[in-house]
Amino acid sequence: MKYLALVYYNEAIMNAMSQQEWDALNQECIGCVENLQRSGHFVDGHPLQQTDTATTVRVRNGKLTTTDGPFAETREQLAGFYMLEARDLNEAIQLAGKIPPARYGSIEVRPVRELKAEGNLAGGKST
Amino acid sequence: MQNAINQLYQTESRRVLATLIRLLGDFDLAEEALHEAFSAALQQWPAQGMPANPRAWLVSAGRFRMIDQLRRHGRHHESYDEIAEQLATELEADAPEDHAVEDDQLRLIFTCCHPALSQEAQLALTLREVCGLTTEEIARAFLTTAPTLAQRIVRAKAKIRDANIPYEVPEKSELPARLEVVLQVIYLLFNEGYAASAGEEMIRHDLAAEAIRLGRLLCQLLPEPEVQGLLALMLLQDSRRDTRTGADGELILLEDQDRSRWDQQSIQEGIQRVMLALGSQRFGSYTLQAAIAAVHAEAPSITDTDWAQIVGLYDALFSINRSPVVALNRAVAVAMRDGPEAGLALIDHLLTKPALRDYHLAHAARADMCRRLNRKTDAIAGYRQALELARQGAERRFLARRLAELGG
Repeated sequence: MKYLALVYYNEAIMNAMSQQEWDALNQECIGCVENLQRSGHFVDGHPLQQTDTATTVRVRNGKLTTTDGPFAETREQLAGFYMLEARDLNEAIQLAGKIPPARYGSIEVRPVRELKAEGNLAGGKST
Repeated sequence: MQNAINQLYQTESRRVLATLIRLLGDFDLAEEALHEAFSAALQQWPAQGMPANPRAWLVSAGRFRMIDQLRRHGRHHESYDEIAEQLATELEADAPEDHAVEDDQLRLIFTCCHPALSQEAQLALTLREVCGLTTEEIARAFLTTAPTLAQRIVRAKAKIRDANIPYEVPEKSELPARLEVVLQVIYLLFNEGYAASAGEEMIRHDLAAEAIRLGRLLCQLLPEPEVQGLLALMLLQDSRRDTRTGADGELILLEDQDRSRWDQQSIQEGIQRVMLALGSQRFGSYTLQAAIAAVHAEAPSITDTDWAQIVGLYDALFSINRSPVVALNRAVAVAMRDGPEAGLALIDHLLTKPALRDYHLAHAARADMCRRLNRKTDAIAGYRQALELARQGAERRFLARRLAELGG
């Protein structure tokens, strides 16, 4: 089963680091990816540039609008993602706990759902 | 036969459910299968008689009927078809092992108490699925409404299914961290059985017995000091079960209980387990509460109780669990050691803070100390306030009796 591990942290904490500290954390992340690849749990994953580079896109009444920044102001910002292959949520939680930024921010673990022609999960709850 | 089946439902339905969840891999399917199994029993047993192993019969009946149903609906639900085939194959391969079946309730507990669920959901789900309390009973225990509770359980089950929370006992390395939540839930369950939070029925032995059974299972799986401590605590409290209420259900206080009727076997086992837990030097609040219960259990009467030791144990307990209820119990013990004035001063101080102001036992304890000090007006006012806040039938009757004795 696939789980997306979304990495969140407060960008201000990362910005307050020295270049050396920041590089050290990134080296840890490289090591983390290598470990996940070796154990066969890594499907995909990338770090993201900071939220001031983000653009939010919406389509309403057929009209596309764009706004600067992420859609909501939050204490922690999305910083990257890991697509993991895990046996179950327990394994996904163990893997997510090894992602280095978990020490600074948080990792949201979400099961991936299959996109199907019908009988899709997660919505359509109105009877 | 119908009575026997009803009885069996009370004692066995949760264990059958726990096994069916493992076999069917889904809470809702398992609940449906459980229902089907008991319907089948009601149809067949009156004519054929009860089978030698009713639990095994119910499990396989539930399983068979679900395979049937899943096959019929298989055309519309691919995944159901898969489950049905898998089940049919497994069924031919082997009968469920006794050992696996014994662990099923433990699997169910660890799944219901999974840390990915909110604590509210853990409690609600465990009480509903493992213990079979109704949503109304759980709602009362948590001072919320039945629809809110039902919603909470539906969401928790959906998360277990959609996020693939495994139906398993955690690995040894994860076990201690997962255990704490489980202990909390078991103790809440025991208390629901030991002193039902609302309603007329004061003691529900089946729930307390179920909690003790779960405690024993946990002790076998992971004989950690706090598991021993919790089991000891439950055994020691349960040893007094027959003396806590009178023939007509009225509440009997510790000081008035017939100690010769306390269950010595439970007391001896409880004390042994407390000593084991204390000896480990890694004990926590359950062990300390059990140690307090053990001092009471060994005392020949209320006056011949080692109150100094009890106050000391409450001090230790308060140092790791700074709960206002612990402080209240300590105040009552101090009153027994040093006299009601000392206890009253402590309780009055506690009641200056909001935490205990709506807690009926705080007012009842205060009233009791005033009564012993012959401060009749204060005692009446205290019992009245306690009566206003109390929700449990036997407790209410006890408070009303005290009031009547004082002419209030």
